[in-house]
Amino acid sequence: MKWDEFFVTGEPMIYAAMVSIVVVSLAIPIALTYFKKWNWLWTNWLTTVDHKKIGVMYILAALLMLFRGGVDALLMRAQTAVPDNGLLDGQHYNEIFTTHGVIMILFMAMPFIIGLMNVVIPLQIGARDVAFPRLNAVSFWLFFSGAMLFNISFVIGGSPDAGWSAYFPLASLEFSPTVGNNYYAIALQIAGIGTLLTGINFLVTILKMRAPGMTLMKMPMFTWSVLITNVIIVFAFPVLTVALALMTLDRQFGTQFFAMQSGGMDMLWANLFWVWGHPEVYIVVLPAFGIYSEIISAFARKNLYGYKSMVVSMVAISLLSFVVWAHHFYTMGHGVMVNSVFSITTMAIAIPTGVKIFNWLFTLRKGKISFTTPMLYSLAFIPIFTIGGVTGVMLAMASADYQYHNTMFLVAHFHYVLIPGTVFAVIAGFHFWFPKVFGFRLNEKLGKWAFWFITVSFNVTFFPLFILGLNGMTRRMYTYSESTGYGALNMVSMVGALGLTVGFIILVYNIYYSVRYSPRDTNGDPWDARSLEWSTHSPVPEYNFALIPTVDRLDAHWFSKKEGKPLATGKYEPIHMPNNSGVPIIMGAAFFFWGFFMVFSWWIPAIVFGVVILGTLAYRTFEKDHGHYISVEEIERTEKALRGEQHEN
Amino acid sequence: MKKKWIALTLFSITAILLAGCDNPLLILDPKGPQARTLSSTILFSIAMMAGILLVVYVLYTVVLVKYRASKLDDDYEPPHEEGNKWLEIIWTAIPVVIVIILSVVTVSTTSTVEQKSVAYADEKPLVIYASSSNWKWHFSYPEEGIETVNYVNFPADRPIEFRLYSFGPITSFWIPQLAGQKYAMSDMVNTIHMSADVPGSFIGKNSNFSGEGFAKMEFEAQSLSDADYKEWVNDVKTTAPKLTEDEFDDLLEAEHVGRKTYSSNHLEFKPAPEGEDSGHNHGGTTSTDDQHEEHMDMDMDMDMDMDHDAH
Repeated sequence: MKWDEFFVTGEPMIYAAMVSIVVVSLAIPIALTYFKKWNWLWTNWLTTVDHKKIGVMYILAALLMLFRGGVDALLMRAQTAVPDNGLLDGQHYNEIFTTHGVIMILFMAMPFIIGLMNVVIPLQIGARDVAFPRLNAVSFWLFFSGAMLFNISFVIGGSPDAGWSAYFPLASLEFSPTVGNNYYAIALQIAGIGTLLTGINFLVTILKMRAPGMTLMKMPMFTWSVLITNVIIVFAFPVLTVALALMTLDRQFGTQFFAMQSGGMDMLWANLFWVWGHPEVYIVVLPAFGIYSEIISAFARKNLYGYKSMVVSMVAISLLSFVVWAHHFYTMGHGVMVNSVFSITTMAIAIPTGVKIFNWLFTLRKGKISFTTPMLYSLAFIPIFTIGGVTGVMLAMASADYQYHNTMFLVAHFHYVLIPGTVFAVIAGFHFWFPKVFGFRLNEKLGKWAFWFITVSFNVTFFPLFILGLNGMTRRMYTYSESTGYGALNMVSMVGALGLTVGFIILVYNIYYSVRYSPRDTNGDPWDARSLEWSTHSPVPEYNFALIPTVDRLDAHWFSKKEGKPLATGKYEPIHMPNNSGVPIIMGAAFFFWGFFMVFSWWIPAIVFGVVILGTLAYRTFEKDHGHYISVEEIERTEKALRGEQHEN
Repeated sequence: MKKKWIALTLFSITAILLAGCDNPLLILDPKGPQARTLSSTILFSIAMMAGILLVVYVLYTVVLVKYRASKLDDDYEPPHEEGNKWLEIIWTAIPVVIVIILSVVTVSTTSTVEQKSVAYADEKPLVIYASSSNWKWHFSYPEEGIETVNYVNFPADRPIEFRLYSFGPITSFWIPQLAGQKYAMSDMVNTIHMSADVPGSFIGKNSNFSGEGFAKMEFEAQSLSDADYKEWVNDVKTTAPKLTEDEFDDLLEAEHVGRKTYSSNHLEFKPAPEGEDSGHNHGGTTSTDDQHEEHMDMDMDMDMDMDHDAH
C-alpha cells in the first residue's frame, strides 16, 4: 500500500466528501465543548443501555445513512438521465451503485427496523427493558462501527465496486485489486455480528419477558412479526458470517474458495450470499407488515381481521424464505428441474402474502378510517406493494426470468417491494411512535406534504424502469447510447428522484419544525390506539411501567380504556434496572480500528486492537455489576411529575 | 384516493406502451421460437396479474370510499371482527389455484426454451462457443474452424446451440429477441438454444455486471440466409488470418477491441471448460494435484498477471 493510494484522489466529488467529513468531525467536538455537552452526551447516550435511547440512536444513524444512500441514488439517476452522460466515469458509478445497495439494505433499512423494534417491543409486551440490555448496546455499537467503517471507504482506499452482491470471481483479488471489497467483507462482518446479537436478544426478550397474561396469541402483531424476524436473523446471519469470512480468506490470505483457480467455485459464493440474502429481504419486510397491522388497526379503529391467519402466514413466509434463494440465479444453468422447484416455492410466497393483503383490506372494511400521516403511508402501501408483489410472481417464473434477469424490470420490482414495503413502513412507524418517545406529534400538515411528494415521486421514479427493463435495458450500466432509445424514460425517472428528494427534505424539516412548534401531548395515547405501549406516559420514564400491566386479551389497552378498568393495580415497589456502561462503545471503537487495519492488511495494529476487543470481553466476564434500584419515592416523584404536566395542559 | 388513480394511470400508460405499434419493446418483439415462447409467457402472466390487481384495487377503493370517518356518523362504532373462516379459505384457495396454473406454465415453458425448438426437431444444431473476456465476446465455430470477436453470424431458420463460458467474471449472454439469457462462467459450460425465423440483425449483450467496461459489452448477432452464411464462412476461411496462441493471449488481456475475424479458433489450443477440462474436476488424479501446487505458488506471490485460464 503506497501512501498516494491511501486517499482516493482526482475526483471533485470525493474532495467535497473529504472536506465535509473533516468539517463535520471538527464541528461536532467543537460544538460539544462549547455547549459543555460532553458529559451529557456520555452519560445519557453513549453509555446508555436503555432500549428507547438505543432505538433512537439506531434511527438517527439510519436517517444519516438514508441521506448517504440517497445521494448515491441521485447521482446514479443523474448519470443515467441522458445518454452518453459524462458526470461519472464507469469506476465511480460502479462504486456508487455498490454502496447504494449495501447502505440502503444493511445500514438504513435494517437499523431503522431494529431501531423501531428497540423503542417499541419492550413497551408493547409490558417489559422494563430487553433481556440483555448491555448486549443491546454492544449490538448498536457494532452496527455503528461497521457502518462508519464502510462509509470511510469512499475517501480512504476506495469503495467496493463489485455490486452489493459482490459476485465472485469479480470480487476476487484478481479482478478487484483495491481494498474496496475488503471493506465490504470486514464492515459487513462487524455489523452482521451486531445484528445476530440483536436477533438473540429480541428472541429471548419476546419469549421470556411478556407481561403476565400475554400468551403468544395475545401478542400485538408487530411483536409477532419481530419474533419471527429474529428467528430468521438467527438462522440466516451465520451464513453471511461464514461467507464473509471465506471472502476475507480468499482476498487476504490466499485461499481459493470462490476464486477461479484450484477448483474454487464462484457459484458457491452466489449460493451462500443468497441463502442469507433472500431471508434478509423478509427480515426487513416482515416487521414492516407488523407496523402496518398496528397502524391500520389503530386508525380503522377496529381489531385486526384474521389475527390467526396473519400469524400463520408470517410463519409460512419465514419458512419459505429459506427455500427460494436460487431464484436469484435461474440463469446460472441448473436444469429445468431445479429451476421449476424454486419457481414453485417462490410463487408460493404470494399465497400467505395475499392472505395478509386481504386481511388488511377486511380490517379497513366496516372500520372508521381517519387519514393521519402514518395511516396515509400504510394505505399507500397496499396498492403499490401489490404491484411489487405481482411483478415478483412474474419474476418467479424461471422461463420468463431469462428475459427479466439483470434488467431494470428487476430493479423496478425490488424497489416496488422495498420502498412501499419497508421504507414507507419505517416512516409510518416513525410518525406513529414519535410521540411515544418524545411526547409530541410530528406536524400533520408537513407530514402529509412529504407523504404526497414521496408517494407520487416514487411511482414516477420507478414505474418507467419496468418499461425500460422490458425494452432490454440492463441494470448497472453507467451509460448507454442514444440509439437504444432509453433516454426519455430515464429522464422521467430522474425527475421522480428529484421529487423524492423534496419529499425527504420536507420530512426532515418536519422533525425540526415539530420540535420547535408542536404542542406537547396531554396523555400517553395521542392516537387513541390499542396496544400496551400507549398505556404508559410519553415520554416514557426510564422504567417504562411503574406497575407491570396484566393482560387478558389482545388489544388489552383498548378494552381497558373502553371499560374503564386499569391494566395495573397495586403498590409501587423498587424497580431493578441495569447500569450504564462505557464498555460497549469502547468495544465498538476497538472493532472499528481492528476492521480498518484488517482492511489494509496491517497485521500488527490489527492484532493490537483484536487484543483490546478480547480485553473488553474479559473485563465484562470479571466485572461485578448488579444494576441499581429505583426507589419507591423516586417512582412516585416521576409519576407525579408526568401526571402533573398533564393537568397543566 | 388520488394515489390509486396515479397507479391506474401508470398502468394504462404501460398497457398502451405494451401495445405500442411503431416501437415495440425489445423482449415483446421476438424473432425466434424461444423468445416467442417467453414473450407469450410474459404477456400471459401480465394479464393474470392485472386481474389480481383489479380485484385488490376495486376492494381497496370501495373500502376507502365507504368507511372513511368523515362520511360516517360520529357515534358509529366499528364492530369487533375476529375473521371469517370461509372468506379466509377463499382468499387462500384462489391464489393457490393461480400459483398452480402459473407453475404449470413455468415448468412447461422452461423445458421448452431449454431445448431446440420442436420446429427443427430433426435438424442438427449449429454449435457456436461464446466466451467472454474482460468486456468482449469471442465466438468460436468448431465445425467451420473459424472465430470472430464481438459479432456473430449464423444461418437463419436453423437451430443454433451456443455454449457459454468466461475467461473471467461471470457474464450473462443475452440476445433478447432470440432467447433468454444464461450465465457464462469460468469453470463450466452452459448451453443456450435459439434460432432466428428470418435473416436480420439483433442486439446481443452481456447483462451481468462484470466490471468497469461492462456497459459497453455489446455485440451484433446476425442471422443470414443459408447461401449468405456459406459465402461468409468461405470468405473468412480464405481471407482472414489464423488465430495464434500469442495473439489470443493478447486479445484476452485487451479491455475492448472492435470486430475481429480469424480462420482458426482458440478451442484448439485452449479448450472450453467442459468434460475433462471442467473446473469441477478437481482432486483425484496426479496431474490435477500438480496443477494445484503450481497455482498455490503463484497465489502466494499474489501474482496479478496470473494466467486466466489456468485450470
